[in-house]
Formats: sequence, structure tokens, C-alpha cells
Amino acid sequence: MLHHKRLVLAHFWLAFGAFGLALLLGAWQMWVRSPLHPWIDNPEHYYRSVTAHGTTMGYVFPTLVAMAFGYAVTELSLKRSLIGIRWAWAGWILVALGTVTAIVPVSLGLSSVLYTFYPPMIGNPFYYIGLVLVVVGSWIWVALMVVNVYAWKRANPEVPVPLPMYASVVGSLLWGWTAVGAALELVFQILPASLGLTHTIDAGLARVFFSWTLHAIVYFWLMPAYIAYYTIVPRAIGGRLFSDSMARLAFALFLVVAMPIGIHHLFGDPQVGAGFKFVHSVFTALVAIPTFLTVFTITASVEIAARLRGGKGALGWLKALPWQNPMMLAVAFSFVMLGFGGAGGLINMSYQLDQSIHNTQWVTGHFHLIFAGAIVVMYFAIAYDLWPHLTGRALADMGMIRAQLWTWFIGMIVLTFPWHWVGILGMPRRMAFYDYSNSALSPEALSVVASVIGGAILVVSGALFITVLVRGHLAPRLEPPEYRFSVAVHPPRTVPAALNGFGLWVGLMLTLTVINYGFPIFHLMFRSDTSVPIVHIDASR
Amino acid sequence: MSPESPRPGSNRWVAAAIAITVLIASLSIIVGFAWLPIAERDSPFRSVWDAICSSAGLVRTRPITEVVNPGYKTSTVVVSLQMLPTATAESIGRGGTLAARCTMCHGARGVSDANTPNLSGQYAPAIYKQLRDFKSGARTNAIMTPMIENLSDQDMRDLAAYYAYLPRLHPYHSSNEPAPQIVIHGAPMRNIPPCAACHGAIGYKVGTEWLEGESPVYLRVQLEAFASGERHNDISEQMRNVARGMTRAEIERAAAYYAGQP
Repeated sequence: MLHHKRLVLAHFWLAFGAFGLALLLGAWQMWVRSPLHPWIDNPEHYYRSVTAHGTTMGYVFPTLVAMAFGYAVTELSLKRSLIGIRWAWAGWILVALGTVTAIVPVSLGLSSVLYTFYPPMIGNPFYYIGLVLVVVGSWIWVALMVVNVYAWKRANPEVPVPLPMYASVVGSLLWGWTAVGAALELVFQILPASLGLTHTIDAGLARVFFSWTLHAIVYFWLMPAYIAYYTIVPRAIGGRLFSDSMARLAFALFLVVAMPIGIHHLFGDPQVGAGFKFVHSVFTALVAIPTFLTVFTITASVEIAARLRGGKGALGWLKALPWQNPMMLAVAFSFVMLGFGGAGGLINMSYQLDQSIHNTQWVTGHFHLIFAGAIVVMYFAIAYDLWPHLTGRALADMGMIRAQLWTWFIGMIVLTFPWHWVGILGMPRRMAFYDYSNSALSPEALSVVASVIGGAILVVSGALFITVLVRGHLAPRLEPPEYRFSVAVHPPRTVPAALNGFGLWVGLMLTLTVINYGFPIFHLMFRSDTSVPIVHIDASR
Repeated sequence: MSPESPRPGSNRWVAAAIAITVLIASLSIIVGFAWLPIAERDSPFRSVWDAICSSAGLVRTRPITEVVNPGYKTSTVVVSLQMLPTATAESIGRGGTLAARCTMCHGARGVSDANTPNLSGQYAPAIYKQLRDFKSGARTNAIMTPMIENLSDQDMRDLAAYYAYLPRLHPYHSSNEPAPQIVIHGAPMRNIPPCAACHGAIGYKVGTEWLEGESPVYLRVQLEAFASGERHNDISEQMRNVARGMTRAEIERAAAYYAGQP
């Protein structure tokens, strides 16, 4: 059972509250830069909004969801109280304080640098200090996950670590290491410039540091969704997990291959050699292995559920699935969006094909489909699944939950498919207005309008989500049954030590980081001719 | 889950995992750093070592053999936030004394009707840069050039400090008329950024002038001089590229907008 419900709820509510506000900003941005709105009079307002949206959705929301879910998984899977509860609250306070500290200067127009920072643009120091606080708060969570799993292992030396806990610790370790890149950039490059201690910045090096964080952060966002695939979905739809070992291997591989691949975000950057771009491209392709392991294992697990429910035939079993079950809907939607998003990602990770869509709206379409689509829909599912155990009250609005998941799915498709399309047409990203009356741009107008409609549907869906959760707090009290995770077809009696521990995979992750990032970083650090004057962003000047 | 111990003998896992990782890393490094660059048709590399160095991102510095000469003097001022320290009272005072020579054209307190630039409250880096450019010959003017000739660098800093210290002209725009498109939005398809992004109303960039309340004649003449290339002290042709793309009507509208005063 959950011993610290308030802790988990505090994380979830801060996450979902921030998500709700940032969702409104996103929809507003789609609208003002579409043909439905005259050109915005002050483009700075647009960039301010993009910065707030990206900062909230990229750093605050998924980090808090991962933390909440991690703490819940620790107590539910290890069946004991979380060690370090005071530290956990300290982490929450740091994230909350950091969020406010970062968003205030953004709201005032002092830091419209977008969430990817883009040096040599430099904003108000409080923006960066706030983000550092968010990261430090999340690192407390990383430490607590490790402390808890090792304390449990010491107490239970004969038993394999439960899969949900194993996967959660993998996610936390991935985050702990991948956040280091952006932290180095912030602490050693951007903050000194922002505080007026330095007047130039090596923007190329900063981008390399950021790429260290930028791709693996997506897999950190993905982790709660994947954990839910493996450890909640089969149970929720009445099936069994196809293979416990396959799941562990997939998570372990994510730790290795998700990290040393970020330079595929820098294909257009001249400061990184083509050889490193190729190597990163190869390792990006390797992410397909744990991804396909997951797709196979989860599809097999779902098929087991269908066959248990009397499903027959090669594909006829699909009809036997519990399509009224929100978890079933969520995983199906998530897989469809992951499929399309992954296919689009193949274009991004290819050194050659990327040239056709680099820095276009395709890229924004892609990461919205993967993150806001495939991943966030599973965040919703996780919240729905845990809510009765957190509140001690039932979620009765099944119709509303289904409507919410359907509208999120439809809205995300309507938002992102045209978004990809205009990217192929060459529409650049990060612009506050476009001259759709020009014949070169007019073919993009209709698709952009479609995306606005998608954004509006998502706002409705977001409102439904918050409504369901709030109503969950107001429902009559009940005693929920004990929380269960999925059970594997063959529950593991023994697990290879490598799949019960983390050392091997963390070691490989660190080694590959050195191989794939060592030379580009040191090469740029020791060149004297790569810094440029900083450009202060401050709307009030 | 039954309480049996994790299987011992994980060495095979460790060995296999390391072997596979090393194999993939080595193969991709050989392909990316040596084979692909060499296999390229018309490969520019004379040796494998050349190809490896290039793929790693090492840049060969070539001796500069030929410099394209623009045929006129360009600005040598490096503009940065730190180019002028915070002005001291002494500097402002000295600037005030020196400014006595400027009053004939620029007014007793930096504002005049002589269609010269209003200097009252102007950003210090903007004034300092223009003075330096007049002095170096990057910007020329029959009246200003001889006036500047004997000014020291400190004199120019003091003058900039003094004028920046005076009150700035407030923007005044009729609420009935919307701001011209060129000022607020620029012309994205002609690669013209909004005037207001740098010169006031939306944003400010170091080294640019505050244009609110400026003489419309002065603004028009300067934009035309940029467009014709007669004025060429803008860094990297920033203003020349903008002015060349502007229509005559846009120049008039922008000048009239900024000139608005009650």
C-alpha cells in the first residue's frame, strides 16, 4: 500500500497544474501564428510564451510525473515505506521553488530564450537558477531511488528486484546522468555570462553539452510510459506480462543506448566533426532494439489478455480486447502515436535525410507526437490507475475518461500530422508570424489551421483530464483493493545478476559517453577561437 | 516471486555486453571516420589520417592569402554591453562641457529642430560608436568630420555619457493609427526585421539608436544613404541590407512613425 499518499499527490498535482497552464500557452501559440490571427504586434510575447511552454512541459511536468510515479512504485512494489521521506519533500520544495523562480523572469519578458537556451542569447539569471533548482530537486529523487533499491536488496538478498522498481531506478539513473550535460552548460557557461562574470560564450560547446541532455531526456520522459506498458497494462486489461527478462533487458539497453546519441540534434552544426555525427547516428539507430523488444513484448502481453478473454484467430483476438477499459485505449493510442512518431524519427536521425527537414516545423511536430502524444497519454493512464489508491475514492466517470483519452488522441493526430507536412514544405520553426499571403507560403496555410483545431481539441481534453481528477477527490470514500502490478507468464524465480543490478549498464553508459562526447567536448574547450559575444535578452530595455 | 537467489556467474553477461558494445562502437568509428570519407567520390583527403582528422572536426588553419577590400573604410568598433562602463558624475560633467561645441546643431540640451539627430537620452553605446566611426572615417559628414578630429577616446566616452544622462524623448503615437507594418513586423519575405525589434517599441540591441522623436527628414535621409551605400558604417551591412529592401513608402512611414511628437 501507499504510505505517503500526500507526497505522491503533491508531485502529481504540481505536475498537472503546470501542465494545464502550459497547455493553454501551447494552444495560444498555434493560434497566433496561424492565418486565423493577424500578425502578432509584439513577437516577444510569442517567444515568452514558447519559453514558458517549453520550460514547463519539458522540465517541470515530466520530471514531477517521473518523481511521483517513482515514489509510488517504490512503496507499492517493495511493499515498504519510502526511506528518506524528508529528503523527498525537500526535493519537491526545490522543484516547486525552482519552477516559480524560473517562470517569473520568463513572464516578465526577461528570459525569452526558449527552453533550449540558445546561447549566445542570455536571459535573466533567475531563469537559469530556477532550472538548476528543478534539476537538483530531481537529483534528490534519483538518490532516493538508488538508496531505496539498495536498502531493499540488502534486506532481501535472495529475491530479484521487482520489475517496476528495477525499471524506475533505471529511469532515475538515466536522468541523473543525462541532466549533467545541461547542468554543465548552465553552471559553467550560461550562468557566469548571465551574472555578468563573462562576456563571451562558446555557443558551439554549449550546444554539444545541451545535446548530451537533449536526447536522453526524451527517454527519461518515456520511462514512466514504458514502465506502465510493462507493469500496469497487462494487469489492467486482465492479461499477463509476456516476459519479465525481456522487460529488464529493454530497460537496461535504454540506459546504454539512449545516452550517447544527442549529436544527431547537431547535424547542422559546423563545430562537430562528421565522424561523430555518424557514430551518434548509429547509436540512435540502436534505440530501435529496446523499442522493438517493448513493442513485441507488450503486443504479446496484450494478445495473452485477448486469448484469455476468448479471442481467436490470427488477428481476430483484437476484437476480444476490453476496448472499454481506459488502459486498453491508452496503450493502443500510445502505440499508434509511437509508431508514427518513431517512423518520423528515422528521418531525423539520418544524417542525409535530416537535411530536408532540419529546423523545420517537422521537428516540432515529431516531438509533440512522441512526447505529448505517445508518452503523455500514458501519464494520464498512470494517473487514472493510481488515483483511487491515492485518494481512497473511486474514479467513477469512465465515460469521461474514455472521452478524454479519445480527444487527446484525435487532437494530437490533428495537431501533429499537418505539422509534419508543413515541415516537409519547408516551414521553419521558432517564428512568431508567417506571411501566408506569399505564394511560397500559402500552401501551408490550410495545414496550419488544421493544427490550430488540433490544439483546441487538446485544450478540451486537458480540461476533461483535470475535471476527472478533481471529481476523483470528491467521490465517496472506499477502501481500494491492494495495488497490484502485472504478473509475468513465468514469474522470475531467478534473474541474471546483470538484470538485477545496474553496475554493468551504468558502466557502459559512462564509457560510451566518454567515447562519443569526450573528444568533441575537449576539442572545443581547448580551442581559443570559438567564443562569441553574448546577446542579452531583455524586453524591458 | 519466489525467494531464490539471482543466478550467479554473471561474468558471461558482462563479457558479452562489453564485447557487443566495443564491436558496435569500433565498427561505427571505422566506418564514420575512415571508410565513408575515403569512399566518397572525389574525396578531398590525401590520406586516411587526413580523413580521420577532418571527421573528428579538426580544422586546418590556412594562411590568409587574399583579403577582399571593400574600397571604403568600415567600422572598427567592437560593440558589446561592456564597451562603456557605468558613467561617473565626472565623466558626465566633462561631457557636458565638451557638448557646448555641439549645441549649434544639436540643441542646448540635445534636442533641436535642425533635422539633426536628437541626442538627449540617446543610448551611450550608439553615440560613442558613431563618434568613433566619424573619427576613423567609416562615416563621413562635411560638418561632423572636422568637429570630431581633435576628440580623444575619453572625450567621446564623456560625450556619450552626458547625452545618455539627459532625459529621453518619450514615444508619442496617435492611438487612432496602428503602427506601420514595417516598424512592428518588418517584411519577413524580404528578410527585413521589424525596426522596433532593435530601435525601441519592442526591443533594444546594443549599439542601436533610440529612434523615438527623431527628425523624419534625418531618418529618411539616413535610410536612403544606407540603401545607396553612401553610408556604410553599419556592422556586417545590417542596415544597408534592410534599407535596400525597403520601398520608398515604407521609409516614409517608418520615419513618420518614429517622428511623432505631441
